[in-house]
Amino acid sequence: MPLLLALVIWLVCLALALPFFTRTWWFPVAISEHARQVDTQFMFTLVVTGVIFIVAQLALGYVVFNYGRRRSGAATYSHGNNTMEVLWTSATAILFIGLTIMGGSVWARVHFMGAPPGAIPIEVTGQQFVWNMRYAGPDGKFGALDIRQINDAGGNPLGVDSKDPAGKDDIVVPTMAVPVNRPVELILRTKDVTHSFFVPELRLKQDTVPGMTIRIHFTAETVGKYEIACAELCGLGHYKMRSFLEVMEPADFEKWLQKRSTR
Amino acid sequence: MAELAPAHAAHAHAAPTGFIRKYIFSLDHKVIGLQYYFLALVAVFVGMALSLLMRWHLVWPQSHMGWLEKLFPAGAAGGVMTPELYLSLMTMHGTIMVFFVLTTAPQSGFGNYILPIQIGAEDMAFPTLNMLSFWVTFVGFVVLIAAFFVTGGAPLSGWTAYPPMSALPEAGPGEGAGQTLWIVSLALFSAASLLGALNFITTTLDLRARGLSLMRMPLTCWTWFVTAILGLLAFAVLLAAGVLLLMDRIAGTSFFVPAGLVVSDRVINHSGGSPLLWQHLFWFFGHPEVYIAILPGMGVVSQVISTFSRKPIFGYRAMVFAILAIGALGFGVWGHHMFISGMSPYSAMAFSVLTMSIGVPSAIKTFNWIGTLWGGKIRFTTPMMFAIGFVSVFVTGGLSGMFLGQPPVDLFFHDTYFVVAHFHMIMGVASIFGIFAATYYWFPKMFGRMMNDPLGKLHFWITFIGVYAVFGPMHYLGLIGHPRRYAEITGVNYLAQSHPLHLFMTIAALITVGAQLIFLFNLFWSMFKGKKAEMNPWEATTLEWTVPSPPPHDNFAGAHPVVYRGPYEYSVPGAPKDYIMQNDPEPAKAAH
Repeated sequence: MPLLLALVIWLVCLALALPFFTRTWWFPVAISEHARQVDTQFMFTLVVTGVIFIVAQLALGYVVFNYGRRRSGAATYSHGNNTMEVLWTSATAILFIGLTIMGGSVWARVHFMGAPPGAIPIEVTGQQFVWNMRYAGPDGKFGALDIRQINDAGGNPLGVDSKDPAGKDDIVVPTMAVPVNRPVELILRTKDVTHSFFVPELRLKQDTVPGMTIRIHFTAETVGKYEIACAELCGLGHYKMRSFLEVMEPADFEKWLQKRSTR
Repeated sequence: MAELAPAHAAHAHAAPTGFIRKYIFSLDHKVIGLQYYFLALVAVFVGMALSLLMRWHLVWPQSHMGWLEKLFPAGAAGGVMTPELYLSLMTMHGTIMVFFVLTTAPQSGFGNYILPIQIGAEDMAFPTLNMLSFWVTFVGFVVLIAAFFVTGGAPLSGWTAYPPMSALPEAGPGEGAGQTLWIVSLALFSAASLLGALNFITTTLDLRARGLSLMRMPLTCWTWFVTAILGLLAFAVLLAAGVLLLMDRIAGTSFFVPAGLVVSDRVINHSGGSPLLWQHLFWFFGHPEVYIAILPGMGVVSQVISTFSRKPIFGYRAMVFAILAIGALGFGVWGHHMFISGMSPYSAMAFSVLTMSIGVPSAIKTFNWIGTLWGGKIRFTTPMMFAIGFVSVFVTGGLSGMFLGQPPVDLFFHDTYFVVAHFHMIMGVASIFGIFAATYYWFPKMFGRMMNDPLGKLHFWITFIGVYAVFGPMHYLGLIGHPRRYAEITGVNYLAQSHPLHLFMTIAALITVGAQLIFLFNLFWSMFKGKKAEMNPWEATTLEWTVPSPPPHDNFAGAHPVVYRGPYEYSVPGAPKDYIMQNDPEPAKAAH
């Protein structure tokens, strides 16, 4: 029994840990500086927790095996060891708190600092169960919104105010395109319930909250087409509330924008 | 010395004679404890059945189930599960498991039954209140299940019920009467938990036997005591939040709904509310709730590991401080559920530091359990197997929290299956292992018979390997960025690679849930056919093992036990046996 239990603990934990080494299921490709920093922080955490995981499970299996097969003699009479308590308390405190302080700068760069100057603003509005992306158009200004003018069938899902001249050239589309290597500022909103904007390749996720406007920013560095998923439960169509992010060469992006503004 | 203290006299009551007063509206903490336990047992099988339906649907979304249509005519029209039915099963699974299983069995069930005996009391401090707590909880359960059968069905908004979804009937099927019943059920549950918490706190502080100082209490009593304090502070907030949400739905208030929303093409006439306010209130309750579920399990595991290692618990004082630290820190970490919610990103850093700090007392406990096993003379009983299994899953589930506690890493993992893996391991599986350990350990005391050991071991092996097989792969789903609460994996292309994992987990879940029938059989078979249990079959030291199995109506038959030592005096050098009972007046020769 002692050997069997120790072996099962070790084997089960080995099986759990193995895919972290083989990377059979792993992060999608990282397409921004921020994404790579998140991955680095993840790897640090994986090493620290991985070592603790292996040592703890090995130790558990070992004591079970070693002290379970004992037939004669008495158990050690001991109420503990204060030096060891202090030692492992301080060690875990330093490791765990150290980890999060180390990662603080990654969080700060995306959340404490605004978008760099020259960032392209794109307004993203969640709605059961689609994403609406709005570009400001040539004037660089978003038109005012009026919820009474919302008309999904008539092509005005956001209710862009027809009386506001700034809104005349606004482009509202269901998918997002951005030029490569150019900062983008997202202005996140929702029409109805809470959604969450998630692009796995950007390692970026942000809830869109009713009544709030939330800004985040990113700079995509790899041309390609990526999926945008909704990550916050928003109703029966949550699982299919997706869109696409297309990262393009600047010239292609201009053409893409042109094509949609002339519609 | 034998005279009654006033506190004792207040709660003393004569043994009932009629069936109804004895088994239904009983004032006896032991009967009430069993009532809670069996309520949780019904709830856990309902909850598991819901999870199997969900797992089945994820792998075979188009499969035809005629019987499902009979059960849910709207949600499974044509026998095929709709996404809304999936989400309502998910909501009910979470709610049933968190409240009516993980909060009910370890604290209200075992706490009620064992705490008074372990501290040498003849009942809880307020027996009538205790009965009321149970019956209000029971009504709460009935109200919750009723949500399945009203128009629109059960709510879709998850056990977290984020508004505006949970506040607006327009937000989807199930957000009408179903959501209202859900809130009423939780309000009832909260009120009952508040009453229960008062009872536990008073009982622990006032009714301890002579000589049983706080620092001589078994660690189980410490965890029930601290859990009660957490419950008192946390459920008060959930109750308030629930009432506000109910008002938003039925009285036209706007606590959680801001202006300018258009839901299902309708302009919503609310203004001034904040969805984040609900999230703060909910998680102010919700995070301590995790510890409400797991702390009693920690106590049971400490008790069981010490008993079957035949060793005093390693670092009793450190264990007590760790329990208190977890309780205190548990109220300062709720924001880690909200890193990406739109909450101030600055407060995220503060919540993160506190969250990572709470890993420290959890680590202390783990080290102390291994320290207790170290140098022991281990007896591999079924409760011991589950206690050892608890330590393993607790380590696994705890360490994944170190990823989620860091805002930049949580940016990716938030609301993915990585979170589902984490909380199922640490809050679900670990707590359930605590419940199993407690069941196998105290069954002889509760029913006067032993449970079948080979069946118990078989149950352990399948369950231990099974839970890793079910919840382990969810970590990998998290790595590929698989969002949780998806009714199907067909809506987003990159999830196609997750199908083999889902298939594996579904098969593992079917086997693991099937193995729970072994437990169910063992439980009821042993109740009537099990080997007769002696007073102290495990050769344990605490007071419940000094009374007959099962104990008489007032536990100590009118006697008042006196405690002379700490709870875990095993293998004391020079002692005649390898354990000394807490009420044994013979001084332990080498104890000091």
